[in-house]
Amino acid sequence: MAADMDASSVLDVRNLAVSFRTDRGEVPAVHDVSFTVKPGETLALVGESGSGKSVTSLAVMRLTPPAPQASLTGSILFRGRDGQVRDLATLAEHEMQAMRGNEISMIFQEPMTSLNPVHRIGDQIAEAVRYHRKVDRQAALDRAEELLVLVGIPEPRKRLKSYPHHLSGGMRQRVMIAMALACDPSVLIADEPTTALDVTVQAQILELLKELQERTGMAVVFITHNLGVVAEIADRVMVMYAGRIVERGGVVPLLKHPLMPYTHGLLRSVPRLELAAFGQAKLEAIRGNVPDPTRMPQGCSFHPRCDHAELGRCDRTIPILEEAEADHLVRCHRWRAIASVEA
Amino acid sequence: MMVKAVDYLEEDPVLTVVKQPRSANRAWQRFRRHRLAMFGVFMIVLLVLATAVGPHLIPFDDLFIDIRNRFAPPLSGAHVLGTDPLGRDLAARLLMAGRISLTVGFAAMVISTIIGTVIGVVAGFYGRIVGTILMRFVDAILCFPTIFLVLALAALIKPSVVTITLIIAATGWMEVARVVESQIRTLRERDFATAALMMGASDRYIMFRELIPNAIGPIVVAATLCIARAILMEAYVSFLGYGIQPPAASWGNMLNNAQQYLGSAPWLAIFPGLMITLAVTSFNFIGDGLRDALDARLDVS
Amino acid sequence: MARFIFGRVVQSLILLCLVSMIGFAVLHLAPGGPLAQFALVPGMSQADIARIAAQMGLDRPLPIQYWEWFTRLLLGDWGNSYRDSQPVLSVIGSRLGATLQLMVTATLIAIVLGVWIGVMGAIRRYSVFDYLGTIGAMIALSIPTFWFGLVMIYIFSVKLGWLPSGNRSTVGDGSFFDYAYHLIAPSIVLALVEVAVWSRYMRSSMLDVINQDFIRTARAKGLPERVVLFHHTMRNALLPMITLAGLELPVLLSGALVTETVFTWPGMGRLFLDSLGYRDYPVVMGILMFSAVLVLVGNLLADCFCAIADPRIRLD
Repeated sequence: MAADMDASSVLDVRNLAVSFRTDRGEVPAVHDVSFTVKPGETLALVGESGSGKSVTSLAVMRLTPPAPQASLTGSILFRGRDGQVRDLATLAEHEMQAMRGNEISMIFQEPMTSLNPVHRIGDQIAEAVRYHRKVDRQAALDRAEELLVLVGIPEPRKRLKSYPHHLSGGMRQRVMIAMALACDPSVLIADEPTTALDVTVQAQILELLKELQERTGMAVVFITHNLGVVAEIADRVMVMYAGRIVERGGVVPLLKHPLMPYTHGLLRSVPRLELAAFGQAKLEAIRGNVPDPTRMPQGCSFHPRCDHAELGRCDRTIPILEEAEADHLVRCHRWRAIASVEA
Repeated sequence: MMVKAVDYLEEDPVLTVVKQPRSANRAWQRFRRHRLAMFGVFMIVLLVLATAVGPHLIPFDDLFIDIRNRFAPPLSGAHVLGTDPLGRDLAARLLMAGRISLTVGFAAMVISTIIGTVIGVVAGFYGRIVGTILMRFVDAILCFPTIFLVLALAALIKPSVVTITLIIAATGWMEVARVVESQIRTLRERDFATAALMMGASDRYIMFRELIPNAIGPIVVAATLCIARAILMEAYVSFLGYGIQPPAASWGNMLNNAQQYLGSAPWLAIFPGLMITLAVTSFNFIGDGLRDALDARLDVS
Repeated sequence: MARFIFGRVVQSLILLCLVSMIGFAVLHLAPGGPLAQFALVPGMSQADIARIAAQMGLDRPLPIQYWEWFTRLLLGDWGNSYRDSQPVLSVIGSRLGATLQLMVTATLIAIVLGVWIGVMGAIRRYSVFDYLGTIGAMIALSIPTFWFGLVMIYIFSVKLGWLPSGNRSTVGDGSFFDYAYHLIAPSIVLALVEVAVWSRYMRSSMLDVINQDFIRTARAKGLPERVVLFHHTMRNALLPMITLAGLELPVLLSGALVTETVFTWPGMGRLFLDSLGYRDYPVVMGILMFSAVLVLVGNLLADCFCAIADPRIRLD
């Protein structure tokens, strides 16, 4: 299979594109997305709702609707536990099932609705273990109990028999994490795992994820719209807008010296204390709205909302994703001009 | 069997729709594209025309008894659909029966819709005690299997076309009331009702001028399904001998004696049943199409 | 759960009072009232009728009459049949078994077929199967039950001679197979509409569940699609079906009456029609009330089963 993959990465996504079939024809949701993740690393995927970040993560898991409702192109190279590199984009469904929840797992935004209300949480965790490790029910339940201890749930033995509605949102998200970690995955995709939680609980869950990552060495793809959270846990950041990557780089350079006007805007609209450290404490909203995917503006999809847009250029051609400095990519016609003004 | 059955056809029984004239055009376009509904409209138009004009074109009177031509099978002579045990022309009887069945269905629908709408509006508008009592009352009536109730009433009251219509209407308004009540309850919370209230409009004005026009979509759907139900119900009671009385024919009472001739003259049973099924299916298709067409949630996507 | 069930019992009792008032109203508000039948008897004078009315307590104010009627109802004294002077409740009891047998069989057919059609339709949404299922259900809901019965008899009894055209058993043959043989046609006829209803409900319930977040979680766990569908989706989608079984009771009872008439099935529905013919009002009223109470109790039971099956209610 496609084996020409950087030896240090565990996940290498290349030219990923996803589009959905609707009444009004094919609607593209994600274009030309490429990124890599190394073991132990946290990549943050940032963007407003509708930017394509969730679709990207679902596509990596191959959880987007099957063809013909959705089409998925590009490659998703993944290094398995056995050292083999597979392209998840072309794997047969039953082979993909063997990967999902086993070597690559995902947790979701809504812990309140992401657990099946009619099954005990012990069984829901054990299920993943039983299908991937082919162990009996009791062994799987023992493993589930271990996992509950790992994610810091008190009285794990008792909790195995609980139903989801007995648990708080934070506890349910811990259960979701336990479920995702059941088979020691090498990549964990977390789709806004803290958005629906109280602020104090958010911090606990973030702390738990960091700690678990240190312990297991797994790679984490963390999807969020909250740059405060990014500052706290990410090693590298990828900003998406209207289905495209608009800026990608290490967390410090990107947050300190954002190049794309959109990233600037995002930073200014975050009211978080952590960001004061990066000298970005002023609070402003980006004017306008995310464009409708069926009516994308010509040229740079951000130009109607951009203060730096140059008529005749930004509204004509889509800028390419170019390397501004080492490991810092930006998709903007005018980043040089903007950077020189700001400096 | 019949009764509430039509409700189950749809995935979302509650229509949370506010119809504004603006979207009427779009709803109409959606309705036009609904193939089953258009089939239903076509069939109903055809049935109405046939029952209105047909009897004048057929060379036989529906009550003319021709004892020498009893049990003539279809396509065997002058009688296209054959004759009944008294030698009456089946086609003529079917069309005359259609007049009665369709009229009873339509009239019962109008009465049911009026009763249901008034009770639903009052219950939904006043809410709390009045609303609760009325809606519990609706629940209580729905505990009675409809046929039992209709038959008991039909047996107690002297049967005629008018009383049968009234009885069917009196036992068929509850679904309309439920639909209207839930509509009004949500509409009442909307701004325009509050605005009218602030302007000092009377309760009656708000209910009939502000709320009902905005609930008209679901009422139309419920009314369409109500005709289907009423036609079926008339067929049931007449079949059982407590509905339309001979010599007047209805599709139901034409089947009344058909069972005993099932071996010798099966066409007596086949044709009236087909007519009922055709009419009821058509109205159900139309109701389904209207429900899809008037569902404003589709406008959003 | 205890609180939930207590609440439902109280609700049902309130409903029972309303139901009894409606029954009483039907009896009294129809022209002629309970005495209508005597007016038809030749040689009965106005004075005679008044005397009977007084004897039966019909000259007293309606609320008092209602109260007495209602208390007797609760105590199980439902009056005697005019026809054979048997207590109404025991007359009904002697016919109840046949009706229940028919209803239960039809419901089982409806559950098996309806759930299957609904699940397949939801999984293969917009497929040919789904489309045919949808249209088929709408047509099935539009076919008059009695006519379907006649068509069944014509095809399978008159033409093919495979099935009996009526009755519960052959005289002189009381074997299980004989009963089952007689049960086939009427239960299929009664089941037709129910299959349609169950398949529509099951389909929409499946579609509701399939779009829930926890189904995505199940897929993300790497479970085979079969497990996602049966263990996660169907398990949840079946819960509201328990309530449906209760809600369908009045429809099923109405259908049973018609089916029993066509197939000369000795059940409650036929008894009702016969009693109407004899103007045997105590039995008519008795069956009317009995069927409503049956519906009431059925719905209460369905909700209780639902509470037991759903951990969200059971454990609260």
